[in-house]
Amino acid sequence: MSITGLSLIAFLVVHVGVNACIWARDGGDMFNKASHFLGTTVVIRILEVGLFAGIILHVVQGLVLEVQNRSRRNVAYAVKLGNRGSKWYSRSMGLLGTLLLLFLIMHLSHFWVPSRFTELQTVNIDGKDIPNQYADIVNIFHNPIVDVLYILGCLSLLYHLLHGFQSAFRTLGLGNSRYMSLIKIIGFWFSIIVSLAFIMMPISVYFGWVSE
Amino acid sequence: MDHYIMNLTLKVWRQKNNQSKGNFETYEVQGISSEMSFLEMMDVLNDRLIREGKDPIAFDHDCREGICGMCSMYINGRPHGPWHANTVCQLHMRAYHEGDVIVVEPWRAKAFPVVKDLIVDRSAFDRIIQAGGYISVNTGNAVDANSIPIEKDHADASFAAAACIGCGACVAACKNSSAMLFVSAKVSHLALLPQGAPERKSRVLNMIAQMDKEGFGSCTNTQACESVCPKEISMANIARLNSEFIGAGLSADK
Repeated sequence: MSITGLSLIAFLVVHVGVNACIWARDGGDMFNKASHFLGTTVVIRILEVGLFAGIILHVVQGLVLEVQNRSRRNVAYAVKLGNRGSKWYSRSMGLLGTLLLLFLIMHLSHFWVPSRFTELQTVNIDGKDIPNQYADIVNIFHNPIVDVLYILGCLSLLYHLLHGFQSAFRTLGLGNSRYMSLIKIIGFWFSIIVSLAFIMMPISVYFGWVSE
Repeated sequence: MDHYIMNLTLKVWRQKNNQSKGNFETYEVQGISSEMSFLEMMDVLNDRLIREGKDPIAFDHDCREGICGMCSMYINGRPHGPWHANTVCQLHMRAYHEGDVIVVEPWRAKAFPVVKDLIVDRSAFDRIIQAGGYISVNTGNAVDANSIPIEKDHADASFAAAACIGCGACVAACKNSSAMLFVSAKVSHLALLPQGAPERKSRVLNMIAQMDKEGFGSCTNTQACESVCPKEISMANIARLNSEFIGAGLSADK
């Protein structure tokens, strides 16, 4: 869980960085160039296979772990310890992960499937016709229902990361007292910044701060 | 602190044996002194049940001074009751007031089957210790005391881990019924000392294997265990256990 989780966290850094190019105020040129570069580079294509393998492994491991752990107590407590002992999101990683999986299916069908398997509109940048991924984003995020679902998906990501980031380090044995406070601080701000950046994307399109 | 007398309602888990289903029974207890311990309050109730010809409530207890790890009640949703870093026997009735309703349950985990009422079988912990919680010592003349230098920080961390009394509150509090805090304390207390070095790798591998065999869940780092531990065993021990386990797994000969 921890190794696949940390690889997915590493992917998020790339994802949020490239997506932030939509705020370049250049009609989407920088973003289109970046996504075209990623889409046509062999190394990235190979990493994409690894990314999907990582996601599938993380989901399967998570489900197996959740089912096993739930079976370890056959009679439930009448009064639960609840928030007195741990954070609600630390206890709800299975639920948050399931919400994220549902979000991911919607997200892939919005962006990844069209860009891989169908022809997008093209735009001419520096004399070359490249797929206009930017127009696709603006188009999809004009729908307020989609925007709300994306914000909910990113909130699930926020809480999943708040626990997952520091938990991954503990599982790998790096949670000693010397580094734990540093890991906690980095994990907290990483979760907030990445999730907030993703949340701002549909909001930016909806309110017209980002447009064609 | 002012002394006061209170009347309470107790909802206690009654279960005849491991095979029977079990249910909550409600008891009204009168005239409880705020200076009694929780177990003394249970004694008062049991005394009455015996006089009435009923079966007294079975519960584990031994030293009644917070060091043996026998008492194991899950009180109002928290192992060992409401006080921080405390055992049931050291919980006093001044934690409660007139008319309070107190729900008392046994530790609930498949690896800790109920023997009767509030008593659970924690011999799984004994078998984990047997699997690796020992060191090799040569026979012959006694070695001069303090002849092996030990770093002060390691000695302190080892001592803090050795404070674990094996009560099982960590398992009771964990949503996964994981015994990782217990095992991490037992592994850490020997792994941090030179005396523990000879069996360092086999110890962690064998104790983890036994832990899994006993049917405890896995650790997802929710930290519930640390928050209820009467001896304040730190989660840092779990990280140490993980690094010991990964290191031993990569380098052990078998």
